[in-house]
Amino acid sequence: MAKTDGLQGSLDLLILKLLSRRAPLHGYALMTGIIESSGEVLRVEEGSLYPALHRLEEQGWIQAEWITKDNGRRSRVYELTELGRQQLTVAEERWTAVSAAIRLVLERA
Amino acid sequence: MSLLSRICNVFGKDRLRRELDEELADHIEEAMRAGRSQAEAERALGSAWRHRERSMDIKMATWMESLRADLVFGFRQLRQRPGVTGAAILSLALAIGAVTTAFRLTDAVLLRPLPVADPQSLFVLAYSTVDEAGKASEGDGFAYPQFVELKDAVRDAADVMVVGYGGRNDITYGSDEEMEKAYRQYLSGTAFGLLGLQPAAGRLLTAAEDQTPGGHPVAVISYDYWTSRFGRDPKAVGRTFRQGLTVYEIVGVAPEGFTGTEPGTMTDYFIPAMQNGEAIGKANWTWMRIWARLRPGATEAAVQQRLQASLTAHRRERAKGFAADTPKVRVEQFVSAELRLRSAAAGVSGIQKNYREPLLILGAVVLLVLFIACANVANLLTAQTASREKEMALRVSIGAGRGRLVQLLLLECLLLAASATLLGLVLAWWWTPLVVGMINPADNPVRLNLPADWRVGGFAALLALGVTILFGMGPALRASAVRPMMAMKGGENPRGRRRVMHALIAVQVAFCFVVHFLAGLFVGTFERLSSQATGFTTERMILLETGVKGTSETGTRPQREWAEVAERIRETPGVESVAFSSWALLSGNAWSSTVRLPNREIEARENYFLEVSPGWLKTMGIDLTRGRDFRREERAPGVDAEKRPTEGAVIVNEAFARLYFDGENPVGRSFETIAEGNVAVRNRIVGCVRDARYRTIREVMPPTVYVPLEKTQWATFAVKTAGAPGPMATALRQRVTSAGNGFRVMNVTTQAELVSNQMIRERLLAILSVFFAIVALALAAVGLYGVLNYAVLQRRREIGIRMALGARTGHIARHVGGELFFMLLVGSAAGLGMGLASERFVASLLFGVSGRDLPVLATPMATLLVVAILAALPPLVAAARMDPARALRSE
Repeated sequence: MAKTDGLQGSLDLLILKLLSRRAPLHGYALMTGIIESSGEVLRVEEGSLYPALHRLEEQGWIQAEWITKDNGRRSRVYELTELGRQQLTVAEERWTAVSAAIRLVLERA
Repeated sequence: MSLLSRICNVFGKDRLRRELDEELADHIEEAMRAGRSQAEAERALGSAWRHRERSMDIKMATWMESLRADLVFGFRQLRQRPGVTGAAILSLALAIGAVTTAFRLTDAVLLRPLPVADPQSLFVLAYSTVDEAGKASEGDGFAYPQFVELKDAVRDAADVMVVGYGGRNDITYGSDEEMEKAYRQYLSGTAFGLLGLQPAAGRLLTAAEDQTPGGHPVAVISYDYWTSRFGRDPKAVGRTFRQGLTVYEIVGVAPEGFTGTEPGTMTDYFIPAMQNGEAIGKANWTWMRIWARLRPGATEAAVQQRLQASLTAHRRERAKGFAADTPKVRVEQFVSAELRLRSAAAGVSGIQKNYREPLLILGAVVLLVLFIACANVANLLTAQTASREKEMALRVSIGAGRGRLVQLLLLECLLLAASATLLGLVLAWWWTPLVVGMINPADNPVRLNLPADWRVGGFAALLALGVTILFGMGPALRASAVRPMMAMKGGENPRGRRRVMHALIAVQVAFCFVVHFLAGLFVGTFERLSSQATGFTTERMILLETGVKGTSETGTRPQREWAEVAERIRETPGVESVAFSSWALLSGNAWSSTVRLPNREIEARENYFLEVSPGWLKTMGIDLTRGRDFRREERAPGVDAEKRPTEGAVIVNEAFARLYFDGENPVGRSFETIAEGNVAVRNRIVGCVRDARYRTIREVMPPTVYVPLEKTQWATFAVKTAGAPGPMATALRQRVTSAGNGFRVMNVTTQAELVSNQMIRERLLAILSVFFAIVALALAAVGLYGVLNYAVLQRRREIGIRMALGARTGHIARHVGGELFFMLLVGSAAGLGMGLASERFVASLLFGVSGRDLPVLATPMATLLVVAILAALPPLVAAARMDPARALRSE
């Protein structure tokens, strides 16, 4: 059974959030998307991206589809499911709560 | 989570691997397009292969592998404890076998749709009526003239067809000596077409066969009959057989699987309704059901409405012809009868009507037995998981999730349930025919279609799953909730677990009580019925149902000719005496009518009448108390050729004398009856006899009038033999035929059989309920023993300490068993409540017993108590004899 640690949790959240904003994305676009929208602060470890995507797919939060690109090659693109949308709300709330708590600790300690 | 996609992944391993490769290659390509070098992009992604395996791992069910591992482990666990496993499987198998048997019967009799086109749009016509006891009831018998009217009434909304009552007949393919029994059904020629059936050979009946009464001597045989009688010989089509006086030609074979429309009877041959020639024109011969198939677009309500209008009009017309003194209520009831459409999707039969309630009750009883068995297994497992607490704790501490533990334990349960279900199916295969064999008299068995198909298989699979959840979920959840620290330290508080086990014991006891209570009621009913006095002799009494060739004009013969045949029978060696009546007592036939006495109100109640020959009362052992028997060819009350009433002699029974003459001597007095043409006829009483049952043994001794049998086409010879009646049947049958003159025996039976036929349903219920009561008791006893044994084992140390401190044996026994016996009492009390509440559901099947009778209540109580003590004794003795020193040293 896989454990969900903090890091993985935040990667999941970022993936879900990005997919909720933009049209279907493939893995590489997701990665660059995260980097760009974080002002190049966050880096996504490319090696952990695909396992994360497949896990989210297994959980039914995102769904994937093969599209054919202009050069004839196929590309696997992901989009959010209804279940994923609900999960995003939950995860976002939790994240806000946690980060607020951390800020509190940093300020008062 | 998508279990399906995971399982698919296991099988689509290669494709998955290719797709992952493709996705990763796409990533590299995108990176290069963004200006990165291939080598750098590949490095950043890490080894492509490694990722592939990680992704695969998530997608591919590691779950499937864990499942397999759990199954193997579970199997080993079960095998390690053969005693417990065997006990669990056996008790479950008994219960599952019983439930499956009940399901197969219920399915075959009540649920299974007929193998015809669109069975859901088939309906049978029924009407409200009132039974002999005055209770609301439903009838479905119709006469042909009325069928024609109803058919016209719904012409464009529904197609109606004649579906005759199934019946057993003597037919022969050769001489009279080669008579064989076969089941017949009259059908409209159009029926096969309306049912959407295609012939397996030859042709089926057609609309052309609905034309001339008696003019279509053709028959279609069933596929089963074709197989059993002719070995599927195509030449069977074209062969002829004789039934009664008509020779029929077999023109075709019905499709496989279609065995008629009456569950419980498998029809062998179908003949056109027109062949019941004499009945076609008679408005008072009800001999068939009417089925309707709704046309597309027609609604049930619209069809019902039109049929209702036709029925009411018909009955209003017929009521005009009723005798003038027919009580008004009866006329009113007759005319206002309500027409109902009942679904005929699963066929329509008397067996359905008679056995609907018993089957449902038996179903409920076997479910109770199943619950008892489940409670048993749940307790066994709970005790079992207690000893595996440390194993579970270990699993939790090395990181097994709770779901995984539940999965492991449930799989073990599923293995148990599946084995039990397989064994149960074997038992059901063996039991079902046994039960079917008990339903009808031996010479007229119920024949049911009992295929092994997906309905039974699906039911068994569902049962196995349901049972698994029922007995497995509790212990599995409980065991998986183990807290490692507590378990390692020497066990959690065992009280909670024991409380659950005790509660289950209480439930078992309660259900067991209900089963015993019902069994007591059914056995009591059967006993009461069996010991009902019949009022006549049944010993060595053989009955020959006899008819004369010809129409009602040419076949009706005077008493003198019947007496000559009786004389031939009397000459047979081994015959003591012979007499005849229009039918036998308890044969199901009855003639009832009102009587009118001077200075007395006409009563609505009807009295039974029976035409008998001189000497019949003596042969039947119905003693004369006053007056005399009939003389030879004595006149019966009736009308002469000019429709003028002619006085006649009758003999009444004591019940009649009590009712109408206040118990005074009725001989020499008289009363009036209404004869044909609405004329009152004087009945002169010449004798009085003791009471005897007439139609059923369930009613009180009925007031009965015996009338001289003047002439008839059909009668039953009552033959008293010197020895056993069975071997004489053939000789007697030949005697009648050889008398010539057209006399022919239609059926041979014994008076004893007719009496026992009255109690078949009660006997079936009594036997089966006793059987289930014994099973339930055995299961409950095993459960009680198991739980107590577990309690003693678990509290060995505690008991040891108590004994070391000087506790006496009695004290220990009370301490260990006290709580359990309290549960026993609680369970019995609950069972008592449930039993009394359930009584009203079975009330219509009871006779002469009530749940409030002391024996009915005390017997289950006493049985349960005795069995509980017997089951509890060994563990209690073991506890009392325990050596404190050894108990404390163990562990």
